[in-house]
Amino acid sequence: MADERAKVTIRRHAGVTRITHWLNVLAIGLLLMSGLQIFNAHPALYWGAKSAFAQPWVSMRKEEVAGAARGITTVGGLRFDTTGLFGWSGAQGAREQRGFPRWATIPSYRSLTDGRRWHFFFAWIFVVNGLVYWLWGLGRGHIRRDLLPTRAQLRPRHILHEIATHARFQFPKGDEARIYNVIQKLTYLIVIAVLLPLMVATGLSMSPGFNATLPGLIDLFGGRQSARTIHFLSAAAIVVFVIVHLALVVASGFRNNMRSMITGRYAIDVERDRG
Amino acid sequence: MRPDRRRWLMGAGGALGALWLAGCDRLTANPAFSGMLKVAERWTRGAQRLVTDRNALAREFAAADMSPDFKANGTLRPQDEAYATLLAENFAGYRLTVDGLVEQPLSLTLADLRAAPSRTQITRHDCVEGWSSIGKWKGARLSALLDRAKLKPEARYIVFHCADTLDPSAADGAGQYYESIDLIDAYHPQTILAYDMNDRVLPVRHGAPLRLRVERQLGYKHAKYVMHIEAVASLDGIGRGQGGFWPDRGYEWYAGI
Repeated sequence: MADERAKVTIRRHAGVTRITHWLNVLAIGLLLMSGLQIFNAHPALYWGAKSAFAQPWVSMRKEEVAGAARGITTVGGLRFDTTGLFGWSGAQGAREQRGFPRWATIPSYRSLTDGRRWHFFFAWIFVVNGLVYWLWGLGRGHIRRDLLPTRAQLRPRHILHEIATHARFQFPKGDEARIYNVIQKLTYLIVIAVLLPLMVATGLSMSPGFNATLPGLIDLFGGRQSARTIHFLSAAAIVVFVIVHLALVVASGFRNNMRSMITGRYAIDVERDRG
Repeated sequence: MRPDRRRWLMGAGGALGALWLAGCDRLTANPAFSGMLKVAERWTRGAQRLVTDRNALAREFAAADMSPDFKANGTLRPQDEAYATLLAENFAGYRLTVDGLVEQPLSLTLADLRAAPSRTQITRHDCVEGWSSIGKWKGARLSALLDRAKLKPEARYIVFHCADTLDPSAADGAGQYYESIDLIDAYHPQTILAYDMNDRVLPVRHGAPLRLRVERQLGYKHAKYVMHIEAVASLDGIGRGQGGFWPDRGYEWYAGI
């Protein structure tokens, strides 16, 4: 028996997956940055229906500390000096008071109207794109076939094993690489079924017009200011996902992964039994 | 990854990021592109109108929910001379004018307004900036006043002209605050001209002596220091023609999101 390694190219991503993926990259990137512009109009977060202005649970502001302007960020009872990043940022000599810095917002300069225009335009792209993906994914079995974990994958032993190999940056090879592993499946499911829909639901909850249409939705989130907070936290969770996702794309074969999301073709190593 | 390669990648990433940002700013300044972005406002408004019952009520809260720190925004104390004169005599000389496309123009004192059919409501005020405050408002129902003035059939919008000049630098004379709503919102039961806030006489920073409450819309629609109500067929020719001080400056007129 002699094992021989060979590369086999499989079709990994369908056209709809690839198109909706890249549209999502564009829309989420622009939504995030225009969202930070909107956040900067009142860089503080609260829980409940109303703002308790003296007790935001997150705030970014400029304060005079020992005669010098500093950017101060508070989270709960904690206080951080974030000069140059949050609260007080910009080039030396041209610093300005703003929540997130210029490089994180669209447009870079302060404009709530422009930020809102970008945000609500790409919100439509994001929602329509998401609906296309979900309808296609459910109708053609992509969600069930590729994303729902199998019973075997859900065994605690298997999940622990996956976590252990992931932590060592060992990625599946051969036939195992043909399908998503269980951590991948669960992560993608949390993103597409929880975080992304949560962005839409909390976003709509901040609309005073929509509140009158569906009063139960805003109650579900605990009031308008809680909805704004959850909108922000969910966006932060998406940013964390994107960072980890990009790191793993690089670590598990950047060119191969990029090719599969652009052309659909993905190369896997298989062990050929030449007994 | 080799250090030189990493440095190259980081440099390329930084350059791409800068390009992306500069690109977004340039696109924002491009009239064709910002016109395209604005199209979505029509979709949003259309979608909201489609799913929302225009007569649905805004949530009303309990007394315990009221904000002890209701924030005041925009003009906090009008510097306009006419207003200062009225304020000096505690609004004894104040008259609310109701005219335009009406059969019976009105000129009402505060006593007249307090004697008119009223409504009291505890509602949430949502600023476009993102914060919310909850307050209790008592005021004259706009629908009853409009019935008294008898709208002409060609009236389409109700315009609220205010005492405060919020932008004294506006060269075209459009620096005075104003707002407008359509007749559906004007006849909504929660649309009132408030003279009391939190069981007290409306304070100056919140719009004394009279402020519009048009619930289910963002804060800038709730015009303060209302002096003159005008029924019109079109918003053209008022301010910069977009139906309000902030709508003239790029915010949405329907203010529903």
